[in-house]
Amino acid sequence: MIRLAILDTGSGNLASVQQAVEQAAETAEIAVKVAVTTSVADIRAADRIILPGQGAFAAVKKGLDALDGMQDALEERVRAQGVPFFGICVGMQILFERGLEHGVSFGLGWFGGQIAPMDPKDSDGKPLPLPQMGWNALDFEEGYHPVLDGIEKGSHVYFVHSYAARDHDEDFVIATTDYGGPIVAMVARANIVAAQFHVEKSGDVGLAMLGNFLRWEP
Amino acid sequence: MLALRVIPCLDVKEGRVVKGVNFLALRDAGDPVEQARLYDSEGADEITFLDIGATAENRDTMFDVVARTARQVFIPLTVGGGVRSVEDVRRLLLAGADKVSINSAAIAEPELIRRAAEAFGSQAIVVAIDAKQVAPGRWEIFTHGGRRETGIDAVAWAAQAAALGAGELLVTSMDRDGTGQGFDTVLLRAIRAAARLPIVASGGVGKVADFVAGAEAGATGLLAASVFHFGQFRIADAKAALAAAGLPVRPLPHRVRSA
Repeated sequence: MIRLAILDTGSGNLASVQQAVEQAAETAEIAVKVAVTTSVADIRAADRIILPGQGAFAAVKKGLDALDGMQDALEERVRAQGVPFFGICVGMQILFERGLEHGVSFGLGWFGGQIAPMDPKDSDGKPLPLPQMGWNALDFEEGYHPVLDGIEKGSHVYFVHSYAARDHDEDFVIATTDYGGPIVAMVARANIVAAQFHVEKSGDVGLAMLGNFLRWEP
Repeated sequence: MLALRVIPCLDVKEGRVVKGVNFLALRDAGDPVEQARLYDSEGADEITFLDIGATAENRDTMFDVVARTARQVFIPLTVGGGVRSVEDVRRLLLAGADKVSINSAAIAEPELIRRAAEAFGSQAIVVAIDAKQVAPGRWEIFTHGGRRETGIDAVAWAAQAAALGAGELLVTSMDRDGTGQGFDTVLLRAIRAAARLPIVASGGVGKVADFVAGAEAGATGLLAASVFHFGQFRIADAKAALAAAGLPVRPLPHRVRSA
């Protein structure tokens, strides 16, 4: 039985993430006990951790900071002990060093770089709508990362964001998408994987990624 | 390339799906959760529920419909209709909606958009604009299902909604709704020029070519109801028409074939 913790930073509806994980577990025939939690003890006991996030970088980080001892628990459980970790949307963004939404705020710094406003243009130089809202194709090297196993290059996933990674280390980028130029869609290092898009709202492709995450032994 | 979104809209009243013909006459067309699942399996990119005739007494019915849908459908769900307060938005998001659309209440109190966007993020807040043409190149907002005129310029309101923090605009042409004559592409272009937000075009789809015209006018979401509900054509046909015009679409799930 995998104990999976979904960390609740107070940034919105986590039921969708929970239901998607449970659906993915059922399809993959893996026994998973999911806890949506604000508890440090749950994080320390978890075999898998998901950090979702919606809204603004600063608000999600503030929600995390408000949980006493949580950042230390994550550092220990994820960075030191190597428990598989999945950051989703703003839960990916706050893994970077800094966010520039509503002033400068500091992230966890697990990935170098910052989260900066996007300014996408089409091929004629005309501004594209913001946020990027909708399904976009993933570009990645098939077979490179276990969380993308069985997923075809070019598969569509659901994005909603106006900020994106910048000045980042390309070595950790495992998938990109194109919205007026390349946008970081997924990053990974060691036992940490994270997606800018909403894995839980990306239909069968997202469910397949969650199934892969449950099976992943980094 | 970001794919265009084909969005079936389900008008829901007291937990059942209905769809207005010319906006006010109604016909029953089934269970919203089952319909949402069907459209998901057919390749819909997003589902919209519009709670028509929402009252304080029957709100709980809609929260239940949203919660049951979110447990079974893993694509984005937008819910609108009768949303009057930040608390209404909060309850719908917690029930499982990804986005909540605000219409009449935002006209009455524009600050509601800002407060909702600050509380939940712009990505969760859609402003619905029901516009009727009153002169060449001028459209005004109508509220309460098209019954009440406001005298507010629709294009100026779109820009204001964007400035207040809306994350998307759902633009319905009251002139075209229920007519099958296609989206009001002139209106869509005017709003696209006034606001740098994703636009969902609504009202008037009668044939698959109308989706292409909506996309070419700058809408990134293309919403329809009756044509899907009554089987005039399928999601797959709309996507095939867009793809044939060289526009980006999300491919259908493997099990779906074009009708």
